[in-house]
Amino acid sequence: MIRQFSAFWQSDFGWKFRHSPTAILSALVTLILVGAAIFAPLIAPYNPFDSSSLNLMNGFSAPMAPNAFTGEVFLLGTDDQGRDVFSTILYGMRVSLFVGVLAVLFGLVLGVTLGLIAGYAGGRVDGFIMRVADIQLTFPAILVAMLIFGIAKGIIAPQYRDQMAIWVLIIAIGLSDWVPFARVVRGATMVEKNRDYVQAARLIGRKPVAIMVLHILPNVLNPILVIATISLALAIIAEATLSFLGVGAPPTQPSLGTLIRIGQTFLFSGEWWILLFPAATLLALALAVNSLGDWLRDALNPRLK
Amino acid sequence: MTAFVEVSHLGRSFDVSKPWLNRVIERLPRRNLVAVSDVSFQIEEGAVYALVGESGSGKSTIGRMLAGLMTPSAGTVKVAGADLHADPAARKAAGIQMIFQDPYASLNPRWKVRRIICEPVVVAGGATAGLAERLLEQVGLAAEDADKFPHEFSGGQRQRICIARALAANPRFIICDEPTSALDVSVQAQVLNLMSDLRDELGLTYMFISHDLTVVRHMADRIGVLYLGRLMEEAMPEQLFARPRHPYTQMLLAAAPLMEGRTREIDLPKGEVPDPISPPPGCAFHPRCPFAIDLCRKERPELRDVDGVRVACHRAEDIVPASAA
Repeated sequence: MIRQFSAFWQSDFGWKFRHSPTAILSALVTLILVGAAIFAPLIAPYNPFDSSSLNLMNGFSAPMAPNAFTGEVFLLGTDDQGRDVFSTILYGMRVSLFVGVLAVLFGLVLGVTLGLIAGYAGGRVDGFIMRVADIQLTFPAILVAMLIFGIAKGIIAPQYRDQMAIWVLIIAIGLSDWVPFARVVRGATMVEKNRDYVQAARLIGRKPVAIMVLHILPNVLNPILVIATISLALAIIAEATLSFLGVGAPPTQPSLGTLIRIGQTFLFSGEWWILLFPAATLLALALAVNSLGDWLRDALNPRLK
Repeated sequence: MTAFVEVSHLGRSFDVSKPWLNRVIERLPRRNLVAVSDVSFQIEEGAVYALVGESGSGKSTIGRMLAGLMTPSAGTVKVAGADLHADPAARKAAGIQMIFQDPYASLNPRWKVRRIICEPVVVAGGATAGLAERLLEQVGLAAEDADKFPHEFSGGQRQRICIARALAANPRFIICDEPTSALDVSVQAQVLNLMSDLRDELGLTYMFISHDLTVVRHMADRIGVLYLGRLMEEAMPEQLFARPRHPYTQMLLAAAPLMEGRTREIDLPKGEVPDPISPPPGCAFHPRCPFAIDLCRKERPELRDVDGVRVACHRAEDIVPASAA
């Protein structure tokens, strides 16, 4: 493990990383935020969803100031229900990242599969899949996600809606971002399928599916990491947007977007911290992941060497 | 007696028309590129048959059709008596393998050599213990090379790995599509020697595709000369080099550099290869042929026997090579 890490550190890629302040900073911020989200139950001073520990008297505490009634001090203040904002942010980030990562994974699997099939089969299959992708690109991603959300709302019974909301969100965002994966994989597949090692595999008697999965897939995956990282930032923002609009994560399982939606109702009554801190966290998370993705794209591009 | 490989009236054309909408709007007709037409030949078991021709002459297309990687648009390929394209089981039974031109593209860069070599056996469901090591040593590499990746090898070594992979399938017939043209001259000879040694050991039949007559000269039992998708001449190497019958073969031989030819003025081939989409009427070679007569412009010569040589030329009897090479 240590040896592998030092090999990575010494490599060309590691050298670029060490010499890029942006990369180090964004990796650090991403690491801290993701770590905080994963270990939220250990870090958070309160469990904001345990109603027995909530005290309404603690409501609207300003950051770092003792509460007027109870005298308790909260790092980032509390909301109207007396929930610790710092804790809700940690838990909210968990939801945001969970939805973001799973949505990107879903989009990745879908996009890579369709891209492989389109590139390998060619002809009408290719035409059909890529036209569907073109049509989808003409809709804003958020509209596609809202459409899917609306359909799901019609299908799922009301009592399950809150439980299913997260999964619907994942599918909605995943379905709206498969296109870049499919395009890149299709292009790479069209190059690889004419290479002689694929012909040799056909001659050996491999079936098309085996050729796609065993031979072509490992050779077209290189650019996928970059797209996935940039997609993750977009997915987190898309999730926050949907939640802000009230069609995303429910208040019982708030994501950063839900927190921002709740917080903005208190903006004019002076409780700015309920909005500001979740929004700043979202900004930091999306910015860090996005600039990491940008740097990855440049660092892994052989033409920019 | 029937030959091991029997190719009869093989043809292949490609649709190179513009997309449907462009054709309708610009009123363009469909365009067909005839890559191979009416090619017939036979290969005896254990023999080496060489196909030579310039780029674009259709030699690789023929190779791919013989391997079953491409379906012909006309004609049949029979290997060991079974029609390769009509009967799906025939391809497996015939044991055809191929060695490709570019050794840098014919090995999966993400796979270790062991997995590459064992793949044919894995697909067939056989035991692979020690197989990679044995085959690597058979093709002149070290057994330890099995755990390396293809990028750790030179071109010649990669071609040896390709040969090992082909051998793993237990083939009877190997199609070599310019296996040495991407290699250094010094390495070419090694690979060629390896291939002839393997033929003697394992009783393989080869079809050897090349643009280089000198490479073919020492390997082949029979040489077919291809021009614009048609067989122009087919002969044993001694006959072909001693007395080329077809004017095209003569031109090719005159253009080939000779060892002692440093002082010789090389006759450059005259003219360009015509566009295969609209080939010239009559003999395909007539625009470049110094001996062309009216008949050549009107009627296509069939392949016929002239003194034990198959040649497609109206004037095969009366042409004497200018420089009897």
